[in-house]
Amino acid sequence: MTATFAPVLPGSARPDASAPSTPRNLPEKGGTANPSAEAIAAKFGQAYIRSEVVWGDTTVYVRPDSVLEIVRWLHDDPSQRYDYLSDVTAVEYRDPEQEMEVVWHLRSLPFRRFLRLKAPLAKGSPLVVDSVWPVYKGADWIERECYDMFGITFRGHPDLRRILMWESYREGFPLRKDFPLRGRFSRAEQLRQALSITTEGRYSMEELSVAEAFEDLPEEMRRRLAGGERTGE
Amino acid sequence: MATKTRTVEVALGTAGVDADGRAVRTPMTVTENGAVSTLEAPPLGPAPELQGEHMLINIGPQHPATHGVLRLVLELDGETVVRCVPHIGYLHCGFEKIGEYRQYNQIIPWTDREDYLNSIGNNVAFSIGAERLFGVEVPPRCTVLRVIAMELSRIISHLVWLGTTCIDLGAFTPFLWSFQERENVYNLLESWVGARLTTSATRVGGMAADIPDGWTDQLRNFIRTFPKTVDECDRMLTRNGIWIGRTTGLGVMSSDEAINYGLSGPMLRASGVAYDVRKDFPYLDYETYDFEVPVGSHGDVYDRYLVRMEELRQSTRILAQAVDRLPDGPVNSSDHRVILPPKSRAMSDMESMIHHFKQVMEGPRPPVGEVYVPVESPKGEKGYYFVSDGTAKPVRWRIRPPSYVNLSAISKMVEGHLLSDVIAINASIDIVMGEIDR
Repeated sequence: MTATFAPVLPGSARPDASAPSTPRNLPEKGGTANPSAEAIAAKFGQAYIRSEVVWGDTTVYVRPDSVLEIVRWLHDDPSQRYDYLSDVTAVEYRDPEQEMEVVWHLRSLPFRRFLRLKAPLAKGSPLVVDSVWPVYKGADWIERECYDMFGITFRGHPDLRRILMWESYREGFPLRKDFPLRGRFSRAEQLRQALSITTEGRYSMEELSVAEAFEDLPEEMRRRLAGGERTGE
Repeated sequence: MATKTRTVEVALGTAGVDADGRAVRTPMTVTENGAVSTLEAPPLGPAPELQGEHMLINIGPQHPATHGVLRLVLELDGETVVRCVPHIGYLHCGFEKIGEYRQYNQIIPWTDREDYLNSIGNNVAFSIGAERLFGVEVPPRCTVLRVIAMELSRIISHLVWLGTTCIDLGAFTPFLWSFQERENVYNLLESWVGARLTTSATRVGGMAADIPDGWTDQLRNFIRTFPKTVDECDRMLTRNGIWIGRTTGLGVMSSDEAINYGLSGPMLRASGVAYDVRKDFPYLDYETYDFEVPVGSHGDVYDRYLVRMEELRQSTRILAQAVDRLPDGPVNSSDHRVILPPKSRAMSDMESMIHHFKQVMEGPRPPVGEVYVPVESPKGEKGYYFVSDGTAKPVRWRIRPPSYVNLSAISKMVEGHLLSDVIAINASIDIVMGEIDR
């Protein structure tokens, strides 16, 4: 039989706080800021850019190269305890001059707090940020999707591959603003590429990174895989 | 907050085999004179060589037990899973990209189609998010109707989960019972919004339609009869030796792991974390309803089953309270920024007609800003994240898909379990590929 767990109750770190209620008549800008914003500003003066409260949620802008450090501190520090990663995504604005932003939605279950962390990536610079996977295992697929859709490289991610698009997809990153809604390639070219994909290759051992089993495969399959045919590229 | 304690113990006998796996009964033979005698028990052969090679097996993308187009590549040692590599994306339609080219109200039909078992719940979630972005408040009747919509869709989703999981594990009867009840809910929805699956029931600032006359009586009737079906399924499964044997101890996630992996909904609560968006970050006045959050204590497939069964009952409780407090009044906000003028005025009054025209052709414009509004969908924390640059179409519309994040833990959950248990664990996640691939 498996072990039993004691129930974990959200809000346990603030037992005296009033029960949460549905927010009403939120101001567009301003309002009560999340105390973590001030704490980040005090602790990471160099990395902190600014913070704002929009529709009741606090957004903290930080420099992209210190995101992992800040997130790790938010996760570990007993006064913060952001133990839950809701989402990682990115925003590219229609204005081509405006910088792209990577967005982390963090949640502290013990304090019942919500914090939005944003790291602007300057135009023209490489789209690279640190992966928060070492802190939150749940970041694995979310960051892969962000990479797949925006082409943002998450440094330190264990397995940064495309996830929703197929691996041989060559049209670019679909959620970027320079990507046309219908895709880059013509229908004829998309069809040609789809038909040229070797379905056999989709079952490759390399994909599983069990290379030691390669020798045991049938001769013909080994030849095909060694010829780089596995994804039809 | 109620904590359910499990009192069922597994006592599956393995008669006929001793502790070493040796047969305790010996084969019988008939001698020449017709007497029956038993043979000497055959000596045990040498232990088999079990250090064989690993096998690669592929499940899906077209396989009924993967609940959609999910592909799992499994590396097996005998029948034990050593490694699992999931592949998704077969149903990717680019919802988020399309949303950037649509006005807010035009996106609502897309939300039907992502988690299509919870379509009306997605409509409500989208509208709550968009209304916060616009700064619009909805009247009380609309709020209560939305609570009814969300709980009905939770019931639909959990019933489909229950039925399909039973099918996966070899029980056919609860599937028929749960799908019959689901049909009753769909009849209710059909008489309300005209559609069964693709409801598009809400608008930014209100609902597409008020409920028809006599609808609450039908709903009350459903609330009265539905618990009986839950009890029947409960009686069929909860203490059923086969059900227990096939679900306990599988895919265990401890509370810390479940939080760290970002699990949400019944998956997280089965691991003992009492996080429910309706309680912790309320919306639609959920804090004024009297309901309990069931949590598990083992974090396995059986606990997820218990949690979802209890949520069916709690949803019925919420429905009963909502239908009792349903106030009269308008269902749409009076905010002219998002709501069309009445048709009679639009056809007779020049200003109203211009307003109508601009509202339809150009669409309402939210102020520059961003919101992330989570709701408790049947699968877990579903959040819509909007970024607006002041135009009528969002710069970014992001869906935080709960079953996508829940599914990402499948590799960890199935490792070390048998191949047949992969099906049970996968079923317990309650995935909808429409939401995962979007």
